[in-house]
Amino acid sequence: MNQLLSAKNISKSYGDFKALNDVSIEVEKGSIHGLLGPNGAGKTSFIRIINQIVMPDSGDIQFDGTKLNPNHIKDIGYLPEERGLYKSMKVGDQIMYLAQLKGLNKSDSKKRLKYWFEKLEIGNWWDKKIQELSKGQAQKIQFITTVLHEPKLLIFDEPFSGFDPVSANLIKDEILELRNKGATVIFSTHRMESVEELCDHITLINLSNKILDGKLTDVKRQFKSNTFEVGLQPKSEIDLKAVINEKYEVLPPSFKNLNDDLKLNIKLKASDDSNEMLAFVLKHAEVNHFVEVIPSVNDIFIKSVNSN
Amino acid sequence: MNHLKLIIQREYLTKVKNKSFIIMTFLSPIIMVVLISVVVYLSQMNNDTIKNISILDETNTLKESIRDKKFVKYSFLEDLDLEAAKLLSEEKEDYGLLHIPQMATVSESAKQSKFYSESTPSLSVISDLEKLIEKKFTDIILLDKGYDLSEIKSSKVSVNLNQESFEGEKTSKLDNIVKLIFGGAAGYLLFMFIIIYGNMIMRSIIEEKTSRIIEVIISSVKPTQLMMGKILGTSLAGISQFLIWIILGGVLFTVMGSVFGLSSVPDSQEMINQTANISANSEIQNLFTAINHLPLTNLAIAFVFFFLGGYLLYSSLYAAIGAAVDNETDTQQFMLPILMPLILAVYVGFFTVIEDPHGTVSTVFSFIPFTSPVVMLMRIPFGVPIWQQIVSVLILIFSFMGSVWLGAKIYRVGILMYGKKPTYKELVKWIKY
Repeated sequence: MNQLLSAKNISKSYGDFKALNDVSIEVEKGSIHGLLGPNGAGKTSFIRIINQIVMPDSGDIQFDGTKLNPNHIKDIGYLPEERGLYKSMKVGDQIMYLAQLKGLNKSDSKKRLKYWFEKLEIGNWWDKKIQELSKGQAQKIQFITTVLHEPKLLIFDEPFSGFDPVSANLIKDEILELRNKGATVIFSTHRMESVEELCDHITLINLSNKILDGKLTDVKRQFKSNTFEVGLQPKSEIDLKAVINEKYEVLPPSFKNLNDDLKLNIKLKASDDSNEMLAFVLKHAEVNHFVEVIPSVNDIFIKSVNSN
Repeated sequence: MNHLKLIIQREYLTKVKNKSFIIMTFLSPIIMVVLISVVVYLSQMNNDTIKNISILDETNTLKESIRDKKFVKYSFLEDLDLEAAKLLSEEKEDYGLLHIPQMATVSESAKQSKFYSESTPSLSVISDLEKLIEKKFTDIILLDKGYDLSEIKSSKVSVNLNQESFEGEKTSKLDNIVKLIFGGAAGYLLFMFIIIYGNMIMRSIIEEKTSRIIEVIISSVKPTQLMMGKILGTSLAGISQFLIWIILGGVLFTVMGSVFGLSSVPDSQEMINQTANISANSEIQNLFTAINHLPLTNLAIAFVFFFLGGYLLYSSLYAAIGAAVDNETDTQQFMLPILMPLILAVYVGFFTVIEDPHGTVSTVFSFIPFTSPVVMLMRIPFGVPIWQQIVSVLILIFSFMGSVWLGAKIYRVGILMYGKKPTYKELVKWIKY
């Protein structure tokens, strides 16, 4: 059993509006699973279904081998995109309350709270009210409430919004550490660079349908265009570009480097071999840059959504 | 269940620890007591000023039979015509001038009497004078016709009808008044409670929505559970506040009463005159028997049931409204359908029940769940068959469950809806989700 969460053929409608159409997602244990999609694609609906806030119209969800049921609530930690806390409640009371709602007892909550306060460099906030804290500070509190009960599944919806780069990095490291300790993470965001950095798997949802799914490396392989960035120092004064252009498709360069040389993107046909191409250019020039173009998640996102 | 307890506990503690709640709890009874004391004190001050009334009696009949009262002084004008008397009376800054003209017959004189005054005179002054003239002139006419006044006086009987129910319990007029006070107080209390704490529930739900914590909470507990917890927690806070109000109010009234020397009877002299043949003792006795005659156990039990049922019925609707909107200004359109039946219930209670506690209107309204708590509580002191009460409570309980179900449906969807003001049509759609 390698899946922590296995959602099969989930559909959900609100009146005439179809929020999710036959979506299946498998989340591997101990992975960080990126849930991507444009605004209004159905991500939040899916997350709410996992949290049992709303019930799916059809479909089946297995959590750690059993059908998803209210007992799983304590195994899930959810940081919603639209977050908030009771403004006039004290930090300590608030975290304790939310932890107890997740089934934690008082003394455990207190112990863990101390640990997290130290970890996130939170000083003496216990008696402060949320409205006295800055936005970033409140976000830290919210993060703690999400992870305090040590859930098996963590769901983060835009976890970095509202954080300065230093705090965002702190949170990122915490998420990675939680994963390394065995937690599984579902990560929904529009910040593609953090997807590159964190995610093992991604699922792309658009217009209520799943359009892309898989290991990040597999997805990238699927989207690579067989294009290479090549930086050349011509050996003789020939029109190198024209020579290459005869044999291969040449695109404008997508990279920068420090040398004042010829920069090209060379796109190979399916039948071409990259070694052959390298041998060909070596005959005419000194190669100081040779990299396969790997599509960024951003490119994959835009490409998939536009072609959908 | 454990969750429900936690939610109730949090709601209760946040409510009672809230500064404005604490201030309201302790300040409102003080304000109320001070206000009432000031009003009573002022009206007493008003009574204390002596009213001078001039009398121009051309028939010369009143002079020996009229006596000054504590706050009303009479003086007779003689040998003046009406115009001069009016001028003089105005100059003296009298309260008013009574004129009894000399006419062909005695009764004609009485009928043509007039009272002149600067401003509209008080009702009690006028009715006193009317009684006085009526009595004196009737006596004169009777004398004229040759009757013996002392004979007539001695043959008068004063009756205060003793009442007894068929079961043999003695009752009095006072019974009805006491019934009215108890029933009215119970009904009105419920009405106030629903409005004050229903609104409080609504506001606290809107707050959860606007602070966006709602999604975090309902990923841990069921929306219905959260709704019930909020309703119950707020209610407990409300009951605590009410109890403090009652206790504090009672203490303050006693203290204020002794400080200001307020007496509940404004003019004891007159009261004693009026009730001369009934001793004050028997009045108080009547009051106690009247209270004893109330179906007190029944009223107490019914109060608990109707209070809880009615309050929960309405508060689940308040909760639904709170969940449906984003801010308090948007609640207006939904408030009317809640307030209408409530106000109707109080009106029916205070007008129809008093008139005819077991008539068709009162009976019907004491079964309709939205009005039954108030109306039935007002009817019970007048004696309502137990089966009617049970049926009414059952209807109330079923409608309460219905409204909680309905409220929970709207609540469940509404708490996650932002940004638009919902219409009734949309609410119906939410219920169907």
